[in-house]
Order: sequence, then C-alpha cells, then structure tokens
Amino acid sequence: MIRISIQARQALAKLTLPVLIVATFGLMLLGKADAVLAERARMVLADALAPIYAAIAGPLGIVRGTVATAAGLWDVSTENARLREENEQLRRWQSIALALDAENARLKADLHWVPDPAPSYVTARVVADAGGIYAKAVLLSVGPNHGIRKGEIALDERGLVGRVTEVGARTARVLLITDMNSRVPVVLENSGAHAIVIGTNGPRPRVVYWPEGSMPQEGERVVTSTEASAFPANLPVGAVHYSAAKVPEVVPAAMLDRLEVVRIFDYGLTDIAAPEAPGRLPERRGR
Amino acid sequence: MARADQAPGIRPRVTLGRRLDIAARYAFPAGCTVLLMLLAVAPYGIADQAAMLPAVTFACVYFWSLLRPGAMPPPVVFVVGLLLDLLGYLPLGVGALTLLIVHGLVVHWRPILVRQGFVAAWLTFAGFAAGAAALGWVTTALLMFRLLPVGPVLFEVMLAAALYPALAILFVRVDRTAADPDRA
Repeated sequence: MIRISIQARQALAKLTLPVLIVATFGLMLLGKADAVLAERARMVLADALAPIYAAIAGPLGIVRGTVATAAGLWDVSTENARLREENEQLRRWQSIALALDAENARLKADLHWVPDPAPSYVTARVVADAGGIYAKAVLLSVGPNHGIRKGEIALDERGLVGRVTEVGARTARVLLITDMNSRVPVVLENSGAHAIVIGTNGPRPRVVYWPEGSMPQEGERVVTSTEASAFPANLPVGAVHYSAAKVPEVVPAAMLDRLEVVRIFDYGLTDIAAPEAPGRLPERRGR
Repeated sequence: MARADQAPGIRPRVTLGRRLDIAARYAFPAGCTVLLMLLAVAPYGIADQAAMLPAVTFACVYFWSLLRPGAMPPPVVFVVGLLLDLLGYLPLGVGALTLLIVHGLVVHWRPILVRQGFVAAWLTFAGFAAGAAALGWVTTALLMFRLLPVGPVLFEVMLAAALYPALAILFVRVDRTAADPDRA
C-alpha cells in the first residue's frame, strides 16, 4: 500500500465526493452520447438476474394463487351468477361466430382467396417488470438461441402487448402499448378510420389523430393498421372507452397488468425499429 | 482495521477468520443495501412495484450514511446509484447523482441529525426522499427532454416514508449485533 501523510489522506477523502458527483455528470453525458452502452449494461444485468427471478417465480406464483383463491371464496356466489350470465351471452356469440366462420370460409373458397402466411413465433415467459417508474415494460426470459430481434411484436392470448425494444443473450425487453413512448397506428373498426394510440404510462392509452367526422365511438373495437409497416393489420388492441374528461381512451385487450406468457411474432416488419447508434454492426440472427 | 484496534486493551489475535468476520461486518451496510435492491425488483406481481426500488435504496443510503458513514463511503454510494440506474431503467447517472447528494448532505448535517430522536430522523428522511425524488424527476425529464408524470414520484416518496421505520428498526437491531465490527 502506498504510504501518504494523514493530511493528504484527509484531503483525498474530502475530494472523493465532489469527484464522484462530477463523474455522474460524465456518466449522464456518456449515457446520452452512447445509448447502446447503457442498454447493453442493462441487458447483461438482466441476463444475470433472469434465472434467479425465474426460479423464485414458482413459489411466488403459488403464494399469489393461494391469496387469489382465498379472495375468490369470499364472493364465490355472486361471481358464479355473473359467470352464468356471461356464459349464456358467450354461447349466443359462439353460434353467431361459427355461422360467420362457415360463411367466411365459403366466400373465401368462392373467391380463390390466398391466405396470409402464418407468422413464426416464439413463446416466452414474463419474468419481471422492466419499466422502472417512468416506463411500462416487461422482461421476458427466452432461450439462448432465441432469434428474437428488435421491433418484433408481442401478443398475449387476447391482444397486442407491445414491441421488443432490447434483446439480450437470454432476455428480451418488451415496451408495452401503455408506455408513454409507445405509438401504435390503428384502425377504428366501425368507421374504418385511421388513428394513433399513444401511451400515457397510465393503464389506458389515448386515441388521437382520428380524421374529422369519425369520432371514436364508445365500445368500438380498435385494431392495428399496416400504416408505416410497423405492425401487421387487424391485431386486436382494445376497445374505445371515454374517460371522465371525455377523452377517448383504449381499454387494452391484453391483460397488461398481469402478463405471464407472451408470444413474440416475427412478421418480417422491422422497418421502424428503435434507433441504433451509427456504425454499429447489425446483430446476427440465430447465433 | 476495526475500531477496536485503535484503542488500547487486550484483544484476540488477528487470525484469517477474524479478519473475514470484521470485513463482513464492515461490508454489511453495502451488502444489505444491494440485496434489498435486488429483492425490491423481484417479480411479486404487485401493482406499482417499480416505486419500491428507489424507496428502499433511499432508505438504506440515508440510514447508513447517518449511522455509519464509514461503512457507506461515497464510492459505495456511487456503485449503489449505478445499480439503481440499471435496475430502475433510469438514464445513467441520475440515481448515482441523487444518492451522492443525499449522502453528502446527511454526512454534512450528521452532527445535528444524530442527536435527534427517531421521529425527527424519520421526518428528515421524508424530506430527503422528497428532495431526492424531485431531483431525480427533474434530471430524468431533462435527459429525456420531456415532461414526465408526477404521480409515480409522489407515490415513491410516500412509499419511502412508509417503509423507513420498518427498515430502520431492523437495521438498528442488526447494527448492534451481527453487523457491529467491535463484536468481531
């Protein structure tokens, strides 16, 4: 160890804090100048932590399930009545859907319809919330040779979840449609009008930029559009709901607050991906 | 070396085991801070869980800067801040800056703060948490160059103030027993 005088050591000790504070400003500049660096550091950390989270997810899931069961016992009879009613309604819808499906198949056969190619997908488990307090995102645990790329589309069993923004060796981060940086081009199903759904970090994103004369209607279904080739057409986003302040919002079809498993679809649409630093080599697929 | 080595008296021989014991007791504040941070981001599936990480980090850094600044020196605070940035998806440097400022102010006002009772320390912590959260909000907004919602920040401050007594009671207990270097 280097021997230094007590005075020098005290002076050095006093200097540490100011020097480190200056270093944080340097770090901020570095983070601004090279966004990829921060992103890579995050994904390395996420790759290291994901197996731990995945391991404790099992016991935590049991605890959560037990709590949910206990809470469910409380209002089991009212819930039962509600489900019975809903079941009746769904049965009616099912018969209509089956009839329409048959009709659709017949019409397609008559028209010699060329079906859309089935997109390839990867199913992944959501291991952690990856948003922090200023973002809405989730972390997925994926296998080592996943082949997931930035800009691919995440869906749960009900609807659109978001897009992949960062990819690590064993993890991928998906920015949810509720995040305030999220912009999804959509079609309002009744009027066929185009609009944009923008995230607000709240539970319900807002509908904006609809054409004049075709106001979004309460309960209207909202699906993605191929505008800007970021999304394929007709993925369910949600239904329009007017907030108390008369602002049209979308109630997301996907269960964004309790995502467990999502599918990452590769539609081959990566025209508008997250911006990358210039000079960076494109990532190779299927390492 | 341990505080005991600077005072005269009879004490056991410094063996490897004892050295490790002393080192572990010195590293306890930093170690438990990092462990609590990792626990705070584990997937519990609670709504608004994201506020837990900064709340726990503020409480740990404030408490140990006040009680044992020697075991929570600026470089450790810097590393904890960096971990907060990475785990909390903040722009790099924001967490480190806020925590270093909290640490600096606590150490500066320590002579006054240590003489206060628990409730005063708690209220001061609430003030510090509010200041740190506000600073984090301003710097993040500047770095992202956009206006951020205020709701999550208010919730973060309230959660920090609510968590502090539980953590402080636990830390005081541990500091007097398992983490005390004089007991090595």
